[in-house]
Amino acid sequence: MRELRVTPIKNGTVIDHIPAGMALKVLKILGIGGDVTSTVTVAMHVPSKAMAWKDIVKVEDRELSAKEVDKIALIAPKATVNVIRNYNVAEKHKVRMPDRAVGILTCANPNCITNLREPVESEFVVVGKDPQRLRCKYCDRILEDVAAAIV
Amino acid sequence: MDSWEGRDILSIRDLSRADVEAVLKAARKMVPIAEGTKTSRSLDGKVLSALFFEPSTRTRLSFESAMLRLGGRVLGFASPEGTSIQKGESLADTVRMVETYSDVIVLRHPQEGAARLAAEFSSRPVINAGDGAGQHPTQTLQDLYTIWDTKGSIERQAIALVGDLKYGRTVHSLAYALAMFGASLVLVSPPGLEMPWEIVEQLKETGIPLQSTHRLEEVVRVADVLYVTRIQKERFPDPQEYAKVVDSYRVDPPALREAKKDLIIMHPLPRTSEIDPAVDATPHAAYFRQAFNGVPVRMALLEMVLGVSG
Repeated sequence: MRELRVTPIKNGTVIDHIPAGMALKVLKILGIGGDVTSTVTVAMHVPSKAMAWKDIVKVEDRELSAKEVDKIALIAPKATVNVIRNYNVAEKHKVRMPDRAVGILTCANPNCITNLREPVESEFVVVGKDPQRLRCKYCDRILEDVAAAIV
Repeated sequence: MDSWEGRDILSIRDLSRADVEAVLKAARKMVPIAEGTKTSRSLDGKVLSALFFEPSTRTRLSFESAMLRLGGRVLGFASPEGTSIQKGESLADTVRMVETYSDVIVLRHPQEGAARLAAEFSSRPVINAGDGAGQHPTQTLQDLYTIWDTKGSIERQAIALVGDLKYGRTVHSLAYALAMFGASLVLVSPPGLEMPWEIVEQLKETGIPLQSTHRLEEVVRVADVLYVTRIQKERFPDPQEYAKVVDSYRVDPPALREAKKDLIIMHPLPRTSEIDPAVDATPHAAYFRQAFNGVPVRMALLEMVLGVSG
């Protein structure tokens, strides 16, 4: 018998297949802190057929913007996003790693021009998807810790 | 090949091998003009803005010489003191202003990525004259020209990059470009100042012969080119350690005893003690010629991006 650890939600989003340990980063991307008004459920280190262990995040009464999904793809390239409407999965899609990440990451190089007061958005070119490698379009540096660089 | 007119020169990575070869060939034709034995007015009426947010004697003067030799004019500043930048103006705004005063912008800036940012705000071509620890493509082209012109080709030359390969600005882009030309590379650096792993990875991917060592004496015998860079004192917490390293990397006549006859020694200059002045008089010394080569290379680039052919 499969045990249901988390009850179904009426409306909202379920982000599944997050690499184990990354759920809290997903919350950070979604800006979920103490001031949310709907229920947020986080399951960490859940057994998974596809990836041995995974995390799951359920956010009630909220659908994600394309930019939020792109950010999640950067730290959870295999995640699936399920949009729930009236208890049914209305949409289900896998996140897609973008070719470029514009305005969603800060360059880790303190001497990069994008970290000064200049009127530009940061931009990273995805130069490798597995393993994931992102190169700053401006200073050419490879970003080592993507999760820490998310705006 | 892309059209050259209006093109920004920001990073050696933006240039293909054919692009680089076009610059080298055009530069060779510029040599008599750069030496002053032939005159040209090809850039008559053109204005170059030289924006030097940090001082650099050699790069700035060679750009100015290149422009003046071709009949163009130069305006700009050699350091940001006394300019509106000190009042807190953004680089983007400075560039938007300067592009209305000139036909081409040459930019030296202490922050990495500054030239690419400038290019986004300028409809005039921008040439990167060094951005922090980042790219310095005209230096790379000048180095490639020196090898190509002296040796006849770059392919299959055994080139040893010597010194601070970790922080040395010029060696990263040079190594990339040499790999693009199929040179064989030996990386010679003191422990702790090795080439960063991500650059080594990229070099490996090109499939060129690549070796690393800490000992200069191992490579002198086999090298066609020794590209020597400065080892900065501030990289070493212990002055004694620094002194030891500098000693073991000094290129002097005894160190060259077993070198090939046609070995050339290059250095981006300024040098401190890495190359003994006694080497200057030997046929191996190519660094002063290398410094001069900055002028014809920059002349060629200026003509190309300004859409003037010879």
